[in-house]
Amino acid sequence: MATTKKKTHWYQYLWIWSILYFALGFFNILFAWLGLIDFILPLIFAIVGGNKWFCNNMCGRGQLFWVLGRNLKCSRRKSAPKWLSSKWFRYGFLTFFMTMFGTMIFQTYLVFSGAGTLRKAIKLFWTFRVPWKWAYNGSVFPDWVAQFGFGFYSLMLTSTLIGLIVMVLYRERTWCSFCPMGTMTQGICQLKARGDRDDNGR
Amino acid sequence: MAKRRANPRRRDCVACGVCVLQCPNGAIHVHRGCYAVVDEQLCMGCGLCGQACPADAIDLMDVKQEGNNGNN
Repeated sequence: MATTKKKTHWYQYLWIWSILYFALGFFNILFAWLGLIDFILPLIFAIVGGNKWFCNNMCGRGQLFWVLGRNLKCSRRKSAPKWLSSKWFRYGFLTFFMTMFGTMIFQTYLVFSGAGTLRKAIKLFWTFRVPWKWAYNGSVFPDWVAQFGFGFYSLMLTSTLIGLIVMVLYRERTWCSFCPMGTMTQGICQLKARGDRDDNGR
Repeated sequence: MAKRRANPRRRDCVACGVCVLQCPNGAIHVHRGCYAVVDEQLCMGCGLCGQACPADAIDLMDVKQEGNNGNN
Protein backbone atom coordinates (compact mmCIF):
# COMPACT_ATOMS: atom_id res chain seq x y z
CA MET A 1 0.00 0.00 0.00
CA ALA A 2 1.31 3.40 -0.91
CA THR A 3 2.20 5.65 1.98
CA THR A 4 2.38 9.41 1.99
CA LYS A 5 5.91 10.79 2.07
CA LYS A 6 6.25 13.18 4.95
CA LYS A 7 7.92 16.52 4.45
CA THR A 8 10.63 17.48 6.90
CA HIS A 9 10.09 20.75 8.72
CA TRP A 10 12.50 22.95 10.63
CA TYR A 11 10.57 22.44 13.87
CA GLN A 12 11.36 18.74 13.84
CA TYR A 13 14.86 19.67 14.96
CA LEU A 14 13.83 21.53 18.09
CA TRP A 15 15.29 18.71 20.20
CA ILE A 16 18.60 20.50 19.55
CA TRP A 17 17.15 23.54 21.31
CA SER A 18 16.38 21.38 24.32
CA ILE A 19 20.03 20.37 24.66
CA LEU A 20 21.25 23.88 23.88
CA TYR A 21 19.03 25.30 26.63
CA PHE A 22 20.68 23.23 29.34
CA ALA A 23 24.13 23.87 27.90
CA LEU A 24 23.59 27.63 27.93
CA GLY A 25 22.22 27.55 31.47
CA PHE A 26 25.26 25.63 32.60
CA PHE A 27 27.46 28.56 31.66
CA ASN A 28 25.13 31.46 32.37
CA ILE A 29 21.98 31.02 34.40
CA LEU A 30 20.32 34.06 32.82
CA PHE A 31 19.70 31.90 29.73
CA ALA A 32 17.24 29.91 31.87
CA TRP A 33 14.72 32.69 31.18
CA LEU A 34 14.51 31.44 27.58
CA GLY A 35 12.69 28.40 28.94
CA LEU A 36 9.65 30.61 29.42
CA ILE A 37 9.12 30.31 25.67
CA ASP A 38 8.28 26.64 26.24
CA PHE A 39 5.81 27.67 28.92
CA ILE A 40 4.08 30.49 27.07
CA LEU A 41 3.91 29.16 23.49
CA PRO A 42 1.84 26.01 24.26
CA LEU A 43 -0.57 28.17 26.26
CA ILE A 44 -0.95 30.63 23.39
CA PHE A 45 -1.62 27.76 20.96
CA ALA A 46 -4.22 26.31 23.34
CA ILE A 47 -5.93 29.56 24.37
CA VAL A 48 -5.92 31.28 20.99
CA GLY A 49 -5.95 28.35 18.56
CA GLY A 50 -7.68 25.76 20.75
CA ASN A 51 -5.11 23.14 19.77
CA LYS A 52 -2.05 21.29 21.00
CA TRP A 53 0.04 22.06 17.95
CA PHE A 54 3.02 22.92 20.13
CA CYS A 55 2.94 19.54 21.92
CA ASN A 56 2.21 17.70 18.70
CA ASN A 57 4.91 19.32 16.57
CA MET A 58 7.21 21.71 18.37
CA CYS A 59 8.02 20.29 21.79
CA GLY A 60 11.80 19.98 21.85
CA ARG A 61 11.73 17.92 25.00
CA GLY A 62 9.34 15.34 23.54
CA GLN A 63 11.49 15.21 20.41
CA LEU A 64 14.62 14.72 22.51
CA PHE A 65 13.02 11.77 24.30
CA TRP A 66 12.13 10.32 20.90
CA VAL A 67 15.65 10.79 19.53
CA LEU A 68 17.22 9.18 22.60
CA GLY A 69 14.57 6.55 23.19
CA ARG A 70 13.79 5.40 19.66
CA ASN A 71 16.70 6.45 17.45
CA LEU A 72 19.42 5.76 20.00
CA LYS A 73 17.53 2.81 21.50
CA CYS A 74 17.69 4.07 25.09
CA SER A 75 14.13 3.07 25.89
CA ARG A 76 12.78 -0.32 26.94
CA ARG A 77 9.63 0.57 24.97
CA LYS A 78 7.39 -1.13 27.53
CA SER A 79 3.90 -0.02 28.50
CA ALA A 80 3.87 2.42 31.40
CA PRO A 81 1.62 1.72 34.41
CA LYS A 82 -1.94 2.87 33.77
CA TRP A 83 -1.99 5.24 36.76
CA LEU A 84 0.77 7.33 35.19
CA SER A 85 -1.64 8.59 32.52
CA SER A 86 -4.75 8.57 34.71
CA LYS A 87 -6.65 11.82 35.23
CA TRP A 88 -6.08 11.99 38.97
CA PHE A 89 -2.32 11.55 38.58
CA ARG A 90 -2.07 13.99 35.68
CA TYR A 91 -4.01 16.72 37.46
CA GLY A 92 -2.33 15.87 40.77
CA PHE A 93 1.10 16.25 39.18
CA LEU A 94 0.00 19.49 37.51
CA THR A 95 -1.13 20.83 40.90
CA PHE A 96 2.14 19.78 42.53
CA PHE A 97 4.14 21.29 39.68
CA MET A 98 2.28 24.59 39.84
CA THR A 99 2.70 24.71 43.63
CA MET A 100 6.43 24.28 43.19
CA PHE A 101 6.41 26.93 40.48
CA GLY A 102 4.61 29.26 42.90
CA THR A 103 7.19 28.54 45.60
CA MET A 104 9.94 29.38 43.13
CA ILE A 105 8.23 32.67 42.27
CA PHE A 106 7.98 33.43 46.01
CA GLN A 107 11.71 32.78 46.45
CA THR A 108 12.31 35.21 43.59
CA TYR A 109 10.06 37.76 45.30
CA LEU A 110 12.00 37.41 48.56
CA VAL A 111 15.22 38.32 46.75
CA PHE A 112 13.42 41.14 44.91
CA SER A 113 12.12 42.59 48.18
CA GLY A 114 15.45 42.24 49.96
CA ALA A 115 14.08 39.71 52.47
CA GLY A 116 16.18 36.95 50.92
CA THR A 117 19.58 36.66 49.30
CA LEU A 118 20.59 35.15 45.99
CA ARG A 119 21.49 31.46 46.23
CA LYS A 120 23.76 30.33 43.43
CA ALA A 121 22.50 26.77 43.43
CA ILE A 122 19.93 24.66 41.69
CA LYS A 123 17.57 22.24 43.39
CA LEU A 124 17.01 18.86 41.79
CA PHE A 125 13.79 16.93 42.38
CA TRP A 126 12.74 19.82 44.67
CA THR A 127 15.05 18.34 47.30
CA PHE A 128 18.75 18.12 46.44
CA ARG A 129 20.66 21.38 46.37
CA VAL A 130 23.50 21.41 43.82
CA PRO A 131 26.03 24.28 43.77
CA TRP A 132 25.87 26.16 40.46
CA LYS A 133 27.91 29.25 41.31
CA TRP A 134 29.99 29.24 38.12
CA ALA A 135 26.89 30.12 36.13
CA TYR A 136 26.54 33.63 37.54
CA ASN A 137 29.08 36.29 38.39
CA GLY A 138 26.86 39.34 38.50
CA SER A 139 25.26 41.24 35.65
CA VAL A 140 23.50 44.48 34.79
CA PHE A 141 20.31 42.89 36.11
CA PRO A 142 19.23 42.86 39.77
CA ASP A 143 19.73 39.67 41.82
CA TRP A 144 16.11 38.53 41.61
CA VAL A 145 16.54 38.04 37.85
CA ALA A 146 19.31 35.52 38.51
CA GLN A 147 17.32 33.94 41.35
CA PHE A 148 14.45 33.26 38.95
CA GLY A 149 16.98 31.79 36.52
CA PHE A 150 18.30 29.32 39.11
CA GLY A 151 14.75 28.39 40.14
CA PHE A 152 13.44 27.99 36.63
CA TYR A 153 16.49 26.04 35.47
CA SER A 154 15.98 23.69 38.45
CA LEU A 155 12.39 23.12 37.38
CA MET A 156 13.33 22.47 33.75
CA LEU A 157 16.21 20.15 34.63
CA THR A 158 14.19 18.21 37.19
CA SER A 159 11.29 17.65 34.81
CA THR A 160 13.67 16.60 32.03
CA LEU A 161 15.37 14.12 34.36
CA ILE A 162 11.99 12.65 35.33
CA GLY A 163 11.17 12.43 31.62
CA LEU A 164 14.47 10.67 30.92
CA ILE A 165 13.85 8.14 33.71
CA VAL A 166 10.38 7.22 32.41
CA MET A 167 11.75 7.23 28.85
CA VAL A 168 14.27 4.53 29.79
CA LEU A 169 11.81 2.52 31.90
CA TYR A 170 8.76 2.73 29.66
CA ARG A 171 8.03 4.28 26.25
CA GLU A 172 10.00 7.03 24.55
CA ARG A 173 7.55 9.81 25.29
CA THR A 174 5.98 8.54 28.51
CA TRP A 175 6.66 11.98 29.98
CA CYS A 176 4.03 13.39 27.58
CA SER A 177 1.32 11.35 29.30
CA PHE A 178 1.69 13.38 32.51
CA CYS A 179 3.55 16.50 31.37
CA PRO A 180 2.00 19.43 33.28
CA MET A 181 2.00 21.63 30.18
CA GLY A 182 0.33 18.87 28.17
CA THR A 183 -2.31 18.34 30.84
CA MET A 184 -2.95 22.06 31.09
CA THR A 185 -3.21 22.63 27.33
CA GLN A 186 -5.43 19.57 26.81
CA GLY A 187 -7.69 20.85 29.62
CA ILE A 188 -7.91 24.27 27.93
CA CYS A 189 -8.66 22.66 24.56
CA GLN A 190 -11.37 20.49 26.12
CA LEU A 191 -12.97 23.57 27.65
CA LYS A 192 -12.85 25.36 24.31
CA ALA A 193 -14.26 22.35 22.42
CA ARG A 194 -17.12 21.65 24.87
CA GLY A 195 -20.19 20.36 23.09
CA ASP A 196 -18.23 20.00 19.92
CA ARG A 197 -18.30 16.89 17.68
CA ASP A 198 -15.37 15.47 15.78
CA ASP A 199 -14.91 15.32 12.04
CA ASN A 200 -16.69 11.98 11.73
CA GLY A 201 -19.81 13.50 13.23
CA ARG A 202 -19.64 11.43 16.40
CA MET B 1 -7.89 -11.77 6.38
CA ALA B 2 -10.02 -9.28 8.26
CA LYS B 3 -8.95 -5.67 8.00
CA ARG B 4 -7.67 -4.13 11.19
CA ARG B 5 -7.58 -0.54 12.19
CA ALA B 6 -6.37 1.60 15.05
CA ASN B 7 -8.94 2.61 17.58
CA PRO B 8 -7.80 5.32 20.02
CA ARG B 9 -9.67 5.41 23.32
CA ARG B 10 -10.69 9.03 23.80
CA ARG B 11 -10.96 8.74 27.55
CA ASP B 12 -7.32 7.68 27.84
CA CYS B 13 -5.84 9.80 25.03
CA VAL B 14 -3.53 12.60 26.22
CA ALA B 15 -3.49 14.26 22.78
CA CYS B 16 0.31 14.30 22.62
CA GLY B 17 0.28 13.57 18.89
CA VAL B 18 2.96 10.87 18.89
CA CYS B 19 0.60 8.60 16.92
CA VAL B 20 0.16 11.30 14.27
CA LEU B 21 3.93 11.47 13.78
CA GLN B 22 4.20 7.69 13.53
CA CYS B 23 1.36 7.03 11.11
CA PRO B 24 2.88 6.28 7.67
CA ASN B 25 -0.44 7.01 5.98
CA GLY B 26 -1.34 10.31 7.60
CA ALA B 27 -4.50 8.65 8.90
CA ILE B 28 -4.51 10.21 12.37
CA HIS B 29 -5.06 13.73 13.58
CA VAL B 30 -5.52 15.26 17.02
CA HIS B 31 -8.98 16.72 17.13
CA ARG B 32 -8.90 20.26 18.56
CA GLY B 33 -6.21 19.33 21.07
CA CYS B 34 -8.52 16.87 22.81
CA TYR B 35 -7.98 13.35 21.45
CA ALA B 36 -6.67 11.41 18.45
CA VAL B 37 -9.06 10.51 15.65
CA VAL B 38 -8.34 7.84 13.03
CA ASP B 39 -9.52 8.06 9.43
CA GLU B 40 -10.95 4.60 8.83
CA GLN B 41 -10.38 4.83 5.10
CA LEU B 42 -6.68 5.61 5.42
CA CYS B 43 -5.73 3.40 8.37
CA MET B 44 -4.09 0.16 7.27
CA GLY B 45 -3.85 -1.27 10.78
CA CYS B 46 -0.05 -1.41 10.97
CA GLY B 47 -0.11 -0.68 14.71
CA LEU B 48 2.87 1.70 14.73
CA CYS B 49 0.76 4.31 16.52
CA GLY B 50 -0.17 1.93 19.31
CA GLN B 51 3.45 0.93 19.84
CA ALA B 52 4.43 4.55 20.31
CA CYS B 53 1.45 5.77 22.37
CA PRO B 54 2.74 6.72 25.83
CA ALA B 55 -0.68 6.23 27.40
CA ASP B 56 -1.28 2.88 25.71
CA ALA B 57 -4.56 4.33 24.50
CA ILE B 58 -4.72 2.76 21.03
CA ASP B 59 -6.15 -0.68 20.35
CA LEU B 60 -6.05 -2.55 17.06
CA MET B 61 -9.58 -3.58 16.24
CA ASP B 62 -10.90 -6.05 13.74
CA VAL B 63 -13.07 -3.93 11.47
CA LYS B 64 -15.70 -6.66 11.04
CA GLN B 65 -16.00 -7.43 14.74
CA GLU B 66 -15.74 -3.84 15.83
CA GLY B 67 -18.56 -2.84 18.14
CA ASN B 68 -17.67 0.74 18.97
CA ASN B 69 -16.13 3.50 16.94
CA GLY B 70 -13.94 5.08 19.55
CA ASN B 71 -16.82 6.57 21.46
CA ASN B 72 -15.62 5.29 24.81
